[in-house]
Amino acid sequence: MKVAVTVNGRQVAAEVEDRMLLVHFLREVADLTATNVGCDTTSCGACTVLLDGESVKSCTVLAAQADGSEVTTCEGLAGADGQMHPVQLAFRAEHGLQCGFCTPGMVMAAVSLLAENPNPTEEQVRSSLEGNLCRCTGYHNIVRAVLAAAGDTQAGALAEVASAVSGKDAP
Amino acid sequence: MIPAPFEYRRASTAEEALKLAADAGDDGKYLAGGHSLLPLMKLRLAQPEVIIDIGRLRDLSYVRDEGDQIAIGALTRHHDLVRSELLARELPLLAHAASQVGDPQIRHRGTVGGSLAHGDPASDLPAVLLALDATLVSRGPSGSREIGVGEFFSGLFETALQPGELLTEIRVSKPAQRGWSFQKFTKRAIDWAIVGVAVQGRQVALVNMGSTPLRAGAVEQALAGGASPREAAAQASEGTNPVGDINASPAYREHLARVLVARGLEEAASRA
Amino acid sequence: MGTRVVRTEDPRLLTVGGVYVDDLRTPELTRAVHATFVRSPIAHALIKAVDATAARAQPGVIAVFTAEDIGEPPGPADQPTAEPLLAAERVRYVGEPVALVLTEARYQGEDAAELVSVDYEPLDPVIDLGAAATAESLLFPGMESNIVETGTAGEADGAGFDACEVVVERTIVNQRLAPVPLEVRSAAAVWADGRLTAWCSTQNAQMSRAVIAGRLGLEPPAVRVITPDVGGGFGAKVGIDRDPIAVAWAARHLSRPVRWVESRSENLVGMVHGRAQRQTYKIGGTRDGRVLAYHLDLIQDCGGYARFGPFLVMLTRLMATGVYDIPHAGASSKAVLTNTTPISAYRGAGRPEATAAIERAMDDFAAEIGMDPAEVRRKNVVPPDKFPHTTPTGATYDTGEYAAAIDKVLDAAGYAGLRAEQARRRERGDTLQLGIGMSCYVEITGADPDAGETARLVIDGSGSATVYTGTSPHGQGHHTAWAMLVQDELSIPMEQITVVHGDTDAIPDAIGTYGSRSLQLGGAAVYQAAVEVKEKARGIAAGMMEASEADLEFDAGRGAWQVRGDPATGLGWADIATQAGAEGLVADVKFTASQPTYPFGAHLAVAEVDVETGKATLVRHVTVDDAGKILNPVLAEGQRHGGIAQGVAQALLEEVRYDADGNPLTSTLADYAAITATELPSFELVTSETPTTVNPLGAKGIGEAGTIGSVPAVQNAVIDAVSHLGVRHIDLPATPERVWAAINEARAGQ
Repeated sequence: MKVAVTVNGRQVAAEVEDRMLLVHFLREVADLTATNVGCDTTSCGACTVLLDGESVKSCTVLAAQADGSEVTTCEGLAGADGQMHPVQLAFRAEHGLQCGFCTPGMVMAAVSLLAENPNPTEEQVRSSLEGNLCRCTGYHNIVRAVLAAAGDTQAGALAEVASAVSGKDAP
Repeated sequence: MIPAPFEYRRASTAEEALKLAADAGDDGKYLAGGHSLLPLMKLRLAQPEVIIDIGRLRDLSYVRDEGDQIAIGALTRHHDLVRSELLARELPLLAHAASQVGDPQIRHRGTVGGSLAHGDPASDLPAVLLALDATLVSRGPSGSREIGVGEFFSGLFETALQPGELLTEIRVSKPAQRGWSFQKFTKRAIDWAIVGVAVQGRQVALVNMGSTPLRAGAVEQALAGGASPREAAAQASEGTNPVGDINASPAYREHLARVLVARGLEEAASRA
Repeated sequence: MGTRVVRTEDPRLLTVGGVYVDDLRTPELTRAVHATFVRSPIAHALIKAVDATAARAQPGVIAVFTAEDIGEPPGPADQPTAEPLLAAERVRYVGEPVALVLTEARYQGEDAAELVSVDYEPLDPVIDLGAAATAESLLFPGMESNIVETGTAGEADGAGFDACEVVVERTIVNQRLAPVPLEVRSAAAVWADGRLTAWCSTQNAQMSRAVIAGRLGLEPPAVRVITPDVGGGFGAKVGIDRDPIAVAWAARHLSRPVRWVESRSENLVGMVHGRAQRQTYKIGGTRDGRVLAYHLDLIQDCGGYARFGPFLVMLTRLMATGVYDIPHAGASSKAVLTNTTPISAYRGAGRPEATAAIERAMDDFAAEIGMDPAEVRRKNVVPPDKFPHTTPTGATYDTGEYAAAIDKVLDAAGYAGLRAEQARRRERGDTLQLGIGMSCYVEITGADPDAGETARLVIDGSGSATVYTGTSPHGQGHHTAWAMLVQDELSIPMEQITVVHGDTDAIPDAIGTYGSRSLQLGGAAVYQAAVEVKEKARGIAAGMMEASEADLEFDAGRGAWQVRGDPATGLGWADIATQAGAEGLVADVKFTASQPTYPFGAHLAVAEVDVETGKATLVRHVTVDDAGKILNPVLAEGQRHGGIAQGVAQALLEEVRYDADGNPLTSTLADYAAITATELPSFELVTSETPTTVNPLGAKGIGEAGTIGSVPAVQNAVIDAVSHLGVRHIDLPATPERVWAAINEARAGQ
């Protein structure tokens, strides 16, 4: 069937199998490989992207379900001038990544968290990331990165960024 | 990792969904949020030949105050249940339990109707709605009907829904007794409950203590007879049939049920 | 050295993502076919027939291969290391590859693989580790038993125990774990112009090249292995598994590029597992806390093939006595085959097992004599003036400050306050009891010092540097670290330093990354190459300035050689490298060391245990991890954090389980309890640097230390939380049900 998704602001349309998973649509049709597949039971979160501004596990969404929607991947976070998004900057500053495989999904989960809860406590950060596995960092610096990103940014600004890239109104 | 091939159909109205389901017959399955069905399909434990996507039926996503009842559209996502101010006021048990389902990504997709229709005794919301004495509204080829939640779950992954029948609404009477508690016991926060307990007033339901969610009848009777929470909780495993699996033996589940029912009743009493 | 530098790797990883094998869009892989394996669903069976007729008829199927197509000579019936590329006459674990399906499109692979029909004749499975040594059912019929190897170190069991007033003996479990790197195993291969190019998610490109060449009957120069970004390894991606070698074979056989990525479910049974030891310790000493004798008997599970099992348990024997000065000590072991996934290296590889045993034994001994566990440890650690120290089991520790590590961690944790809080809760009979557990550990890193590591440093005519390193990072940040070393020595700015790793054409001779060896061997090689380049530059600069070498000095501020005291004469790297010739300034180093190094530390864990449900929560984790001089504290802390988390996971949650028939029960990430952010606190790290003299950097290895120290600290904390109820031991992982059962058992015994 024909599926058309706006990915990082760009229309991507293709004829795909009905069973094509959104994560494979992104990686192979849209040719954006930052989003990774880490499991087959919706457990690891490496495939997390924003679907109409909200974090979802793209391995458990059919491309067909995303037809007509807006998807933001990690590649779509940086500004038009190439400046990294506050969450990306915070991950770098706090050494919140090592091998990098979980990172795009982790970053997108963090962006979604901060859009919904701009000033989370450490406990809230940890429980919001329960669906994102990391094997390298022990999560310590990931949590610091998310808290730093929250602290460095005005409460509403991240929500605006998330909605700007997704095209929906900020809550 | 990849589902077996299937045909995808999309419904834009409830009528269309029913028609597509009738066309597909036994080969069809509804797809709402997809976070119960797609994981099964990816492991090829389910292989429906036709998928009817009802995820766009936005008019089935709502939380409404209808006087002495709250009406919840079957396609309301867990995320929206969590954020509903109405539920926070009137049915905090449901709002809180919804916040414990899966993780944020799952809650952005999963729906209360999808969770009910899936019929997994280890899911959180079926037991919650059982404790709330909910009424479920469904539409089938021969029209609408109401099903009491007590009659809804018939077995492991089995419900009273007929082939092609579509859950449309969940109706809950505003509880007379306001105390509530939701006790979900897991090893990791992301896990399904090893055992869970939902309490609304003196109504108690159990997660993962049998092939369906169960009302803790013996506990409720004991409470009605004047027993204290701890005394009543000693009856928690009566009438249950918990499985033994890699997470817990039946004996341990029975023990947890007693502990969690006691804690749930005590917490509910403190909120009354 | 010693400065906090954020990583140069990160901007790319954060913005466009790493390029892992499945991300490759190299032109050579255009129109690659996709490989999907058919794996055994049964733990032990003869293969009677493989029928791929239905599979071959599926859309997009190019070929289905079996062992017969590959045509390897059959492995000897008595060689437990012989892993055929595809199982030929017998399968020995659920998940073993049996057939290889090649399809045009990725999704077609699973459809076709499902239709390959294999006729198995079941054999009695050998699953229980205790019974494997004497089981009649043999995995390799030519062997006398399923015992692959026996070994000893130090004194035999019994020595020294007669003199002990107190003896405690216990059999405990160090459970089987799944490494779960976030990137599963993957490979791609293409055969062109008489050469095989393979992209592998590995920790050792050069080793992989040698193995592929050997298995496929090729000369090594005919094989090129490239390591792209690797999404975690933890030891499980050391070398190369049979599956990617079969992929390479298929690429050559078909003359088409082939790509392979396994699913996570495949990974949990197909990738090697870690640990899996049954341990019996015997510890004896005086009533006032002096340990006089220790013996450790081990049964190491090898899984279905004897891959690393014997090597791992050798390391456990070697490190058996840990930080303690025990007059009489020894270890004995058997490595046995079972019909389970093969066991190999997983973060710590043999040393966490040793530490877990001795640290449990020390707490057990302390409980027996009624002494504080920290006090008992202090009484028995090797004192700082006794180094280098050779243990009864044959390890020679270079440097160590064990008592100081204990003191530091207790101080940082506020030990006295914690004990007071514990006492208050016990007095009140709280539901949430507090447990305090500790460990003091030493571990062996760079254990193959004479294998060394290579580095080639090139300064080109623009004054930029390229480092060709033999190491193979998969998260450790070597590109940043080696650039720091070059900048430190040569004052070339980091932005002008490129680090290359993992391409056997560019770096033909190297070992790769495992066993926490990279900084002390690979970094030392980079450092030495920088020193050599500097000296070569001095000579060239002297010639250019017509001065004598002795009159020159290096101005580190400008990165220039100049006549002493005369900055106007300065020559920068661009000038000197241009003068050196077309190749620029080059140094090729292979750095070897005289011996391994022995980092050490102490961990303290604080756990809350709900005594009604048995659930333990880690509330604090404080560590001292001393790995000598630290190059970049940011990287070192990251390694400690990651190591600690995997150790906590072993202590509380993770476990690979099989049923009695050898069917895996934890073969998805929904069932295998990989630890998440919610189960962990933020960690409290204490700095401690006791340098080694073994290499010019003064550095030991830190990658695995966190895992080694954390497991017993957390396990001891959980037991400590309920010790007042009579509990003396709880096996790993200390799940809620295990804790509950231990409490019940203790109560019943009273």
